[in-house]
Amino acid sequence: MCDTCGCSTEGGAVLRKPGQSDYHLHVNEHENAHGEHHSHEHGDHHHEGSGRKVVLEQDVLQKNNLLAERNRGYFEARKIFALNFLSSPGSGKTSLLEKIIPALQQRFPVAVIEGDQQTTNDADRIQALGVPVIQINTGSGCHLDALMVNRAMKELEMQNNSLLCIENVGNLVCPALFDLGEALKVVIISVTEGDDKPLKYPTMFHEADICILNKIDLLPYVEFDAAKCRENAMRVNHHLEWFELSAKTGEGLAALREWLEGKMAQH
Amino acid sequence: MHEMSIALSIVEAVEERARQEGAGWVSEIELLVGKLAGIEPESLKFCFSAAAAGTLAARALLAIEEPEGVGECGECGMTFPVNFYYAECPACRSLRVKIISGEEFLIQSMTIEEEEE
Ligand SMILES: Nc1nc2c(ncn2[C@@H]2O[C@H](COP(=O)(O)OP(=O)(O)O)[C@@H](O)[C@H]2O)c(=O)[nH]1
Ligand SMILES: [Mg+2]
Ligand SMILES: [Zn+2]
Ligand SMILES: [Zn+2]
Ligand SMILES: [Zn+2]
Ligand SMILES: [Zn+2]
Repeated sequence: MCDTCGCSTEGGAVLRKPGQSDYHLHVNEHENAHGEHHSHEHGDHHHEGSGRKVVLEQDVLQKNNLLAERNRGYFEARKIFALNFLSSPGSGKTSLLEKIIPALQQRFPVAVIEGDQQTTNDADRIQALGVPVIQINTGSGCHLDALMVNRAMKELEMQNNSLLCIENVGNLVCPALFDLGEALKVVIISVTEGDDKPLKYPTMFHEADICILNKIDLLPYVEFDAAKCRENAMRVNHHLEWFELSAKTGEGLAALREWLEGKMAQH
Repeated sequence: MHEMSIALSIVEAVEERARQEGAGWVSEIELLVGKLAGIEPESLKFCFSAAAAGTLAARALLAIEEPEGVGECGECGMTFPVNFYYAECPACRSLRVKIISGEEFLIQSMTIEEEEE
C-alpha cells in the first residue's frame, strides 16, 4: 500500500513536485489488464503437445517503443528538444544541469524531468533555478520508461521550443534499452570512474549520441587517461560527440553550451 | 532488476495475444535474444517465473534462442563474428563496423493449449 495516499498500488512509479508535499500521482501501468483469473478442476487427461503455435515476431519492448514514438511526436509538434541524461550514480548529471541551465535559459525555455528511485532532492536543486521541474520516483525500478515520461510531461508546464532535460535513474545498464522519445541520449562518465567504462558497458555507449567526460578538475589527483577513455568510447561508437568538462569549475562547459545552442537553432 | 520489468512486458504481451486467440493456457514461449541485446537469459528465466505467476503463462516453458553477433565492415564489406560492440574488422582493422545480427530481442511465437488444464 502507498503510505502517502493509502491507495492499494504496490510499487510502481510516482510523480512528485518540489515544494508541493501534497502533490503525488501514480503512474499506473496495469490499469485494467489482468483480473479475471479463476481456478478450476483439473481433468485427468493430458494434452501436452496438443497445442497450437501462434507466431508473434514482436519486439519485446514494443509497447515501450510505441509509447516512446508518441512522446517523440508530442515533442516534435511542440518543437521541444528532449535529451535523455544517463550515467552511473554520482557522475554529475544534476550538477551539470545546475551549472548549464542558467546560461541556456537566457536563450530558450528549459524544463527538467528528474528520475530517481526515492526523494525529490534533485528536483529541489533544479527548482532553485526557476525552471519547471517534475520528479519521477521509480521506487524499486532502476530506469525510466516511456510511460513515466508520458505522464510526467503532461504534468509539466512546458513552453513550445523548450529544451527538455530528462535525468534518468543512475544506472548504466537498462536505461539504454528503454527509449523515452528523446531526440538524443547523453551519457556522462566522470574521471573518478575507470577509463575502461565504455568497454564494460558497451550497450549504453553504443546507444548514446553524446558522451561527456565530467570532473576533469580532478584529473591531477586520479589515475585516469582521458585520451584512452575517449578512444575506448569511440571503439564502441564512432559517431559519439565527445566533450570534456567540469561541472564544478565550469571548464569546458562553453563548448557543450554552444553545441546545444546550435542544435536548438537547427531542430 | 531490468530483467524483471522485461519479464513483465513479455508476460503482458503473451497474455494479451493468448486471450485474443481464446487460449486456455500457454505451454511454451519462444524468444530470440541476441548475444548483444544486453539481456541475461538466465536472469530473464529466473524473473519470468515470478512475473508469470497467476497468468495464462504461469506454466509456460521459456525457450530462448541466442543469435551470435555478426558485424559488417564499413570499409571492406567483410562480415565476421563479434562478441562486443567494439569490434575491429579482422581483414582491414577498421573500427567502422555495423552490427547486422545479435541485437534481436523478439517474442517469436507461443504455443497455446485450447483447453484449460
Ligand atoms: N570535483 C568535482 N565534483 C563534481 C563535479 N560534478 C559533480 N561533482 C560532485 O559529484 C557528486 C555527485 O554529483 P551529482 O550531480 O549529484 O551526480 P548525479 O547522481 O549524476 O546526479 C556531488 O558531490 C557533486 O558535487 C565536477 O565536475 N567536479
Ligand atoms: Mg542526480
Ligand atoms: Zn498513493
Ligand atoms: Zn531498469
Ligand atoms: Zn537493471
Ligand atoms: Zn574491413
